[in-house]
Amino acid sequence: MKLLVCISKTPDTTSKIAFTEGNTKFDENAVQWIINPYDEWYALVKAIEMKEQDPAVTIHLVTVGEADAEPIIRKALALGGDEAIRINIQSNDSFVVASQIAAIAKEGAYDLILTGKETIDYNSACIGSMLAGLLDLPFVSLANHMVLNGNTASVKREIEGGEETCEVTLPAIVSCQKGMAEQRIPNMRGIMAARTKPLKVVEPIAVQATTSIKTYDLPPAKSGVKLVAADNVDELVRLLKEEAKAF
Amino acid sequence: MVLIYIDQAEQQIKKSSLEAISYGAALAKQLGVTAEGILLGTVTDDLVSLGKYGLQKLHQVSDASLNHFDAKVFTQVLTEAAKATNATVLVFAHNLNGKAVAPAVAVKLHAGIVTGANSLPDTSNGFTVTKTVFSGKAFAHINIDTAIKVISINQNCFGVQMHEGAATVEALSIAIPAASIKVTATHKVEGEIPLTEANIVVSGGRGLKGPENWGIIEDLAKVLGAATACSRPVSDSDWRPHHEHVGQTGVQVAPNLYIAVGISGAIQHLAGVNRSKTIVVINKDPEAPFFKAADYGIVGDAFEVLPALTAAIQKSKA
Ligand SMILES: Cc1cc2nc3c(=O)[nH]c(=O)nc-3n(C[C@H](O)[C@H](O)[C@H](O)COP(=O)(O)OP(=O)(O)OC[C@H]3O[C@@H](n4cnc5c(N)ncnc54)[C@H](O)[C@@H]3O)c2cc1C
Repeated sequence: MKLLVCISKTPDTTSKIAFTEGNTKFDENAVQWIINPYDEWYALVKAIEMKEQDPAVTIHLVTVGEADAEPIIRKALALGGDEAIRINIQSNDSFVVASQIAAIAKEGAYDLILTGKETIDYNSACIGSMLAGLLDLPFVSLANHMVLNGNTASVKREIEGGEETCEVTLPAIVSCQKGMAEQRIPNMRGIMAARTKPLKVVEPIAVQATTSIKTYDLPPAKSGVKLVAADNVDELVRLLKEEAKAF
Repeated sequence: MVLIYIDQAEQQIKKSSLEAISYGAALAKQLGVTAEGILLGTVTDDLVSLGKYGLQKLHQVSDASLNHFDAKVFTQVLTEAAKATNATVLVFAHNLNGKAVAPAVAVKLHAGIVTGANSLPDTSNGFTVTKTVFSGKAFAHINIDTAIKVISINQNCFGVQMHEGAATVEALSIAIPAASIKVTATHKVEGEIPLTEANIVVSGGRGLKGPENWGIIEDLAKVLGAATACSRPVSDSDWRPHHEHVGQTGVQVAPNLYIAVGISGAIQHLAGVNRSKTIVVINKDPEAPFFKAADYGIVGDAFEVLPALTAAIQKSKA
């Protein structure tokens, strides 16, 4: 059983978001980078759990990014995984990123490809679905539970107001969210082992971007909170009804 | 032509799709083209009356096997439908199924896609779509540089808009590929309003002290017809189920009204709720950071304020 886990580097959740060069570039100054939490907590840890249950499982990690993505992929290797592949290109276009991963996936003949449900920077939730389109594979999105049974996976996925369980024959792609696994902290042994695990750098395939970011901006600041006295809830109800038209 | 994907569950059209129709119709008008819809499977709703939301024509692939969502099958059928109808722009709701298929369909059509759009694109010079990025902390204005374009829209960003009109319904015949998944069980949380579809959300944090105190949250939610949500430590401690966890690492919501009770307003929490139209914060600490992100606030003890608020709303609705 061969697993491929997609790992993305994102700004830490507390990062101040700012832009430079006339609002055309994300300001990376003073930004702490982390593994995208959905990739780490859910997709990667799920893969590690699967390997713990069945040592015949191999886990490959893939990231699309330049050399500055290496600390992140090493950290992922410290949590678990056998080897990593970095595709040497930085792109904000989901299609370019997915095409790179698809090329690796085709070569590696993976049984299961895991992604996080989305990244916390661009929130596009595109990569899993695009991989499914590029590779013509079944895709189960927003999964919060999965058990393998030979060549099939039984996966729980979120639906509006509940969840559904479905069976899918491998190979397949699954995007992971909360419930799938529990966050883990890398231990010293893992960190030491990660230093010597193979990290292969491959050059990107040529694909044309389909989108381009023109500019960014910040949302307008709230005009300030209107405080209502705790013993005057009727006034809050009036404001919500008449001013905010909230119900 | 703008082709709008009309998503259904249990043979009912989802509210988020009515919003997608409204958006797609406005976009079609802006581009001077027709607004058409694509529905997979069969529904109990009256299809002609989708014209009220601005839909001119509906293409329906009415194979009953399509009443169950299957990302691979839907990707293929929607791709063929887009080709058969010569769609130039595809519009999806950025809901659970939209997230699963829109990017795959874009890839199949060699189309650029922007997911989670907030407003109509600027088509004065190219085709620029605005979306929220960094979990609601910023916007990006993104050009789609391909001939065919795909947009999925954030829920509650455009609203459902009503007009006069009737849609014509046409059957579309497309070969249905073999199923790629088999649904073995469906579990619906009975009597609850789905969080992502809710107009109003009442959310509780660690300030409520324990799961036994959630009655006051549920009572308020009930009089408002609201869904309930919670902060991350609350679901991590199993006070509430995981699907109620909102924030940067949980569910992102954008209701008309978000009422936060006993939640401090950490940056990761705000990232999941900052697109709400109106935010009300009830917290006993006047220094709680959430007040800075709120429209209305009460500094007070949730255990006193909430029952009074519930009663006041009940009275105002009577
Ligand atoms: C990587 C990362 C990701 C995260 N993702 C998320 C996320 O997605 N969602 C999320 O919510 N958090 C997330 N967090 C956690 C976040 O940082 C906060 O710790 C969390 O939101 C705090 O939850 P809380 O407001 O319920 O609790 P607290 O911060 O403990 O706040 C409790 C509040 O209740 C108030 N209070 C106490 N008693 C009363 C009373 N009787 N009446 C009224 N008010 C009262 C207090 O004044 C306080 O403001 C994340 C953290 C990290 C590091």
